Amino acid sequence: MQYRSEIKRVKGLGTAKHGFSHWWMQRLTAVLMIPLGLWFFYSLMTMETVSADAVIVWLQHPVQALLMALWTITVVYHATLGLQVIIEDYVHGKAMALTLLTLIKFAMFAMIVATFFSLFKLAS
Amino acid sequence: MAEFSLPKNSKITKGKYIKAQGATNVRKLKVYRWDPDTGDNPRTDTYEIDMDSCGPMVLDALIKVKNEIDTTLTFRRSCREGICGSCAMNIDGTNTLACTKSMRDCKDTVSIYPLPHMDVIKDLVPDMSHFYAQYASVQPWIQTDSVPLPDTERLQSIEDREKLDGLYECILCACCQTSCPSYWWNGDRYLGPAVLLQSYRFLADSRDEYTGERLEDLEDPFKVFRCHTIMNCTNTCPKGLNPGKAIGEIKKLIAERHAL
Repeated sequence: MQYRSEIKRVKGLGTAKHGFSHWWMQRLTAVLMIPLGLWFFYSLMTMETVSADAVIVWLQHPVQALLMALWTITVVYHATLGLQVIIEDYVHGKAMALTLLTLIKFAMFAMIVATFFSLFKLAS
Repeated sequence: MAEFSLPKNSKITKGKYIKAQGATNVRKLKVYRWDPDTGDNPRTDTYEIDMDSCGPMVLDALIKVKNEIDTTLTFRRSCREGICGSCAMNIDGTNTLACTKSMRDCKDTVSIYPLPHMDVIKDLVPDMSHFYAQYASVQPWIQTDSVPLPDTERLQSIEDREKLDGLYECILCACCQTSCPSYWWNGDRYLGPAVLLQSYRFLADSRDEYTGERLEDLEDPFKVFRCHTIMNCTNTCPKGLNPGKAIGEIKKLIAERHAL
C-alpha cells in the first residue's frame, strides 16, 4: 500500500519542458528523406551495372559524396529518433530502457563516423 | 518489457449461459464479469434477452438483465441519453456509451467488456480515479489576471465562442482515453486524448489568460508527445468529437512558442 494521492502520482516529477524539438526533428528528417531518397534510388537505378567499382566511381564525385553523407546522416538520425520513441513506449524497465537508449545513441555516432571515414577513403 | 499477454489471474474463463424462457425474439449479451470478493478469474456470462419486452438500446438490455435475470451484474449508468458518460464500456470491440448504442447496430451476440486497460472495480465498473486526477492536473477552469468590474461579464465575440464548438461537448466518458494504445502503455505519464482535448478547450478560450503557463506545463515528452496520431480517439468518440485534432492544435501552439 502506497499512501499517496492520485494527483501526487499524476504530477510526478513535473514537466520536462521539452519534447518539441525531438518531435519536430523527426518530421524535418522525414521530409528531407523524400528528395534524398529519390536521389539515392534514382542513382542506383540509372547505374549501368551496380558493381563495387561503379559505386566507388560514383561516390568519388564530390557532389555525390556530399549527398551520400547527407542521406546517411538523415536516415541514421531519423532512425535513432524513431527507435527512441519505440523504446520509451514499450520498454518499461528503467535499467533496460537506459541501456537501449544509450546503445542507439552510440550506434548513431558510430554509423555517422563510419560514413565519413568511408567517403574520405574513397575520395583519397 | 511490454507485456502482451494477460497475467494468470486476469485470464477470462467461460461463465454461465442463461436462457430466456418462452421468448421468440431473442438476442444474446456476452458480458464480462469479475467479482473482487471471490478471488476467481474473470468470466463471461451469456444472457438471452427477450427483445419483445426490452428497450432498443444496449443499456436497456443490461438493465433488463439486472432487473429480471441477474441482480449481481454491476455497471454504471445514469442519464440514459448520452450526456453523463457513466455507461461508457466496450461494446462489440468499440468503446462507446451503452445508452446511445442501439442493439440493432450490434452483432447477434453483443460482447460487452469494461473500458480497456483500466483497473476493474467490479464487472463493467472501471477505476477512473487516475483519469480524474489527470483531468484535474490540467486545471480545467478559466484562469485570469485581469479583474473586471464586479457588475460586468467577461465578453467573448461570436467568432471566439465558435472556437469552443467541438470541445465543450466532451462529457469525459473516457471512451477515447481508453481506446488509445499510447495511453494503454504509458497512461501513468501520458495525459491521453480526453484530458488533452479538455486542456485545449481552455487554450482555445479567448477569455483564459494562462495560455502560456498551460503550454509550458504541457510540453513534455510524455504528457503530450506520446500522441502518435493513431486516431483511435476520434474514431471511437460517441459524441463525434475530434480529440486527435485538438492534440494537433496543442502541438501547433507549442511550435509557435518555439518561434516557428
